[in-house]
Amino acid sequence: MFGEGILRGLAETARNFFGSYVSKDRLTTIQFPEERIAPIEATRDFPFLVYDGNDWDAGMRCVACQICEKECPPKCIYIDKSKDKKPDAVGKQQFYPARFDIDISVCMSCQICVEVCPFDAIKMDTDFELSTDNRFGGLLLDKHKLAKSNEYYHHIHPTEAAAVDAALADERAKTEAKAKAAAEAAAAKAAAAATPSAAPKESAGGE
Amino acid sequence: MIVLSPSNIERIDQIFVLTKHWLMGYVPAVAQPLTSAILSVLPVLIAFPAIFAVTTLLERKGLGRIQNRYGPNRTGPWGVLQPMADGVKSLTKEDIVPATADRWVHFFAPVVMVIAAFLAYSVLPIGRNMVVVNLSSGVLFFFAIGALVEVAIFMAGWSSRSKYSLLGAMRAIAQMVSYETPLVLAGLVAVMATGSLSTVSIVEAQAQYSHYLPNWFVFTPWGFAGFVLFMIAATAESNRSPFDLPEGESEIIAGYFIEYSGFKFALFFLAEYLGMFATSGIAITLFLGGWSAPFSFLTWVPSYLWFFLKLLAITCGFIWIRGTLPRLRMDQLMHFAWKFMLPMTLLNIFAAAAWKFFPVGILRWLGCAVFLAVAFVLLTRGLKKRGDVSVRQYRFAD
Amino acid sequence: MTLVFLLLAAITILGFGAAMSLRNPVHCVVGLTLGLLGLAALYLQLGAQFVGLTQVLVYVGAVAILIIFAIMMTRSSESAEDQTYSHSWRAGVVLALAVFAVLGWAVHFGSTSIPAQNVMPELPVQTIGDALLHRFVLPLEIIAVLLTAALIGAGVLALQDPVPETRGPR
Repeated sequence: MFGEGILRGLAETARNFFGSYVSKDRLTTIQFPEERIAPIEATRDFPFLVYDGNDWDAGMRCVACQICEKECPPKCIYIDKSKDKKPDAVGKQQFYPARFDIDISVCMSCQICVEVCPFDAIKMDTDFELSTDNRFGGLLLDKHKLAKSNEYYHHIHPTEAAAVDAALADERAKTEAKAKAAAEAAAAKAAAAATPSAAPKESAGGE
Repeated sequence: MIVLSPSNIERIDQIFVLTKHWLMGYVPAVAQPLTSAILSVLPVLIAFPAIFAVTTLLERKGLGRIQNRYGPNRTGPWGVLQPMADGVKSLTKEDIVPATADRWVHFFAPVVMVIAAFLAYSVLPIGRNMVVVNLSSGVLFFFAIGALVEVAIFMAGWSSRSKYSLLGAMRAIAQMVSYETPLVLAGLVAVMATGSLSTVSIVEAQAQYSHYLPNWFVFTPWGFAGFVLFMIAATAESNRSPFDLPEGESEIIAGYFIEYSGFKFALFFLAEYLGMFATSGIAITLFLGGWSAPFSFLTWVPSYLWFFLKLLAITCGFIWIRGTLPRLRMDQLMHFAWKFMLPMTLLNIFAAAAWKFFPVGILRWLGCAVFLAVAFVLLTRGLKKRGDVSVRQYRFAD
Repeated sequence: MTLVFLLLAAITILGFGAAMSLRNPVHCVVGLTLGLLGLAALYLQLGAQFVGLTQVLVYVGAVAILIIFAIMMTRSSESAEDQTYSHSWRAGVVLALAVFAVLGWAVHFGSTSIPAQNVMPELPVQTIGDALLHRFVLPLEIIAVLLTAALIGAGVLALQDPVPETRGPR
């Protein structure tokens, strides 16, 4: 009422001014792009395709089931299924995408493609510095641009990648255990079939 | 190595005057009046736009630090080349004139405003013997020139033929007219104490020293009150925060210069800041002792340096206030001017008159201070709105 | 008749001529301001500093602003379509010439009573103040009362509309 509110306000602003030279609390600007804040883990921008191992083409997990293409709301994924098959990471013959394009100018980062993928092949990236001056295709990412390694996935989403790896290892262990059991049963059956057929062959040959 | 002998000090203090006399020696007698006028005016035309450039940078960096951010720091180290970048931008932008605008009035409005702003500097004593023209009614000249600015604002606002600009111009003129009375009355006390309207004699009356302290008017109770009231009215006259409703960007886009772009906008900006410097300059002249040093043992520093240091201090004060206070609404502005500032300045005149009639000593200091303090308290308490919350009655709606 | 006087007189006549003859009221106001500034400059050229500066302060700073407000509030800023001159302009010219003749005769024959001086008399503001408060104090006080009455009257006129009675909650 006597103007002391104004004086208190002036004191606060002066404290801000001088404090900004000494403490980081009073100068919270991050000078991008020289300084950056580490993004939190749940950050998501646009999708990318995960590949295991060193060869991006051979190790890609995507089997061109086209579920993500059908579920994508703005329909920004374009997949062409291949005619032949090639072995995947565990050696099983699978189809592969001959063309896998995502138009990131259309993509709305809803993560539905990630949620529906049964093979953990497509995940969300955190890269946002994607501007280009090529208006006619610069924002249409093809298979090569979308392929990023599993190590990169671990780098950007560590907990998620660890969980995915554990789940995939689990599944692989279960498949292998099943295969081993089946192989053992088949070997036992083959051994049982082999020994009675061997004995009469030997007696016939012995005369 | 310059030895600080008295004659050398005198020479450094009067260096601009001596340079002018030396140059005049080379000019033939027939061209002497014109050359003298040009040589007197040229330093003002060069110095104050340079100060304007520095102030824009200072303001942006200062406001930035107050608001917990950096100011401009990409153009040159610490952003020192930012004014140059701003200048290049405003010169190269396209000059758009609305098709229905009044072409000639639209063109002359920024010209008139800049002319009025520059004219005000002709009575400011920047240093000892350094005033462009020593009018015997210099203070009156300054306030008369302030009236020209309002005509320029009206020309700008009306000629753009836009609702926003006309509204902004009306508000700006209403605000400037309302605060002109407290401005003149607040400055009047210094004239009363000196007995002369000439700015040079007002500064010389304050350049005396008693013990180590100077006789600045700001150290007297009526002078301090007058200085505070004068600075508030000066903030309103230059349309600066918290009185920048006519041109606040979030209120009315840009008010009366909304339809101006490019160099004309830069001219308005320049005129507004020049007006701010001129009003600060007259406040320095009337209350802060002009070019005199604050202590008698510091008189060896050149006089113009003291003037510019005081100008810098007042400019920093303006920036500080801008970063602190929110904008006043139009009706709050008007109430403040007519209900608080005007009675306060009138009572200040009483106090200044009483000062002259009391004998010199601590008694008159206490008497005037108590009188002003009591008046301030009574006025603020009387004007404080009671906290009644009833159904609001409208006079024109319904 | 120095060059400065001719220049200032030309500016003044140009300003007032524009104020008379332009169609757009705002242009007329700008011309009026220019003419008043020219008059003030003529006062200053004659050495009457106080009068010249008060002319700027009062006429340009108050009267011109008042006219500007009147134009802005009434939105009469559109140009007049029809003839802005009155029908009896010939009689007006005759009358103006007659007034000019009377004034000129008064100035010419009255100037012999004032001795011709080469040095202009100094009239500092203090002399004006002394005269106002000693010799002309009664006219000063009467004008003050007149201005106060005008101010109060304007305030009363502005507050004329009655405050409506309190209505119930809507």
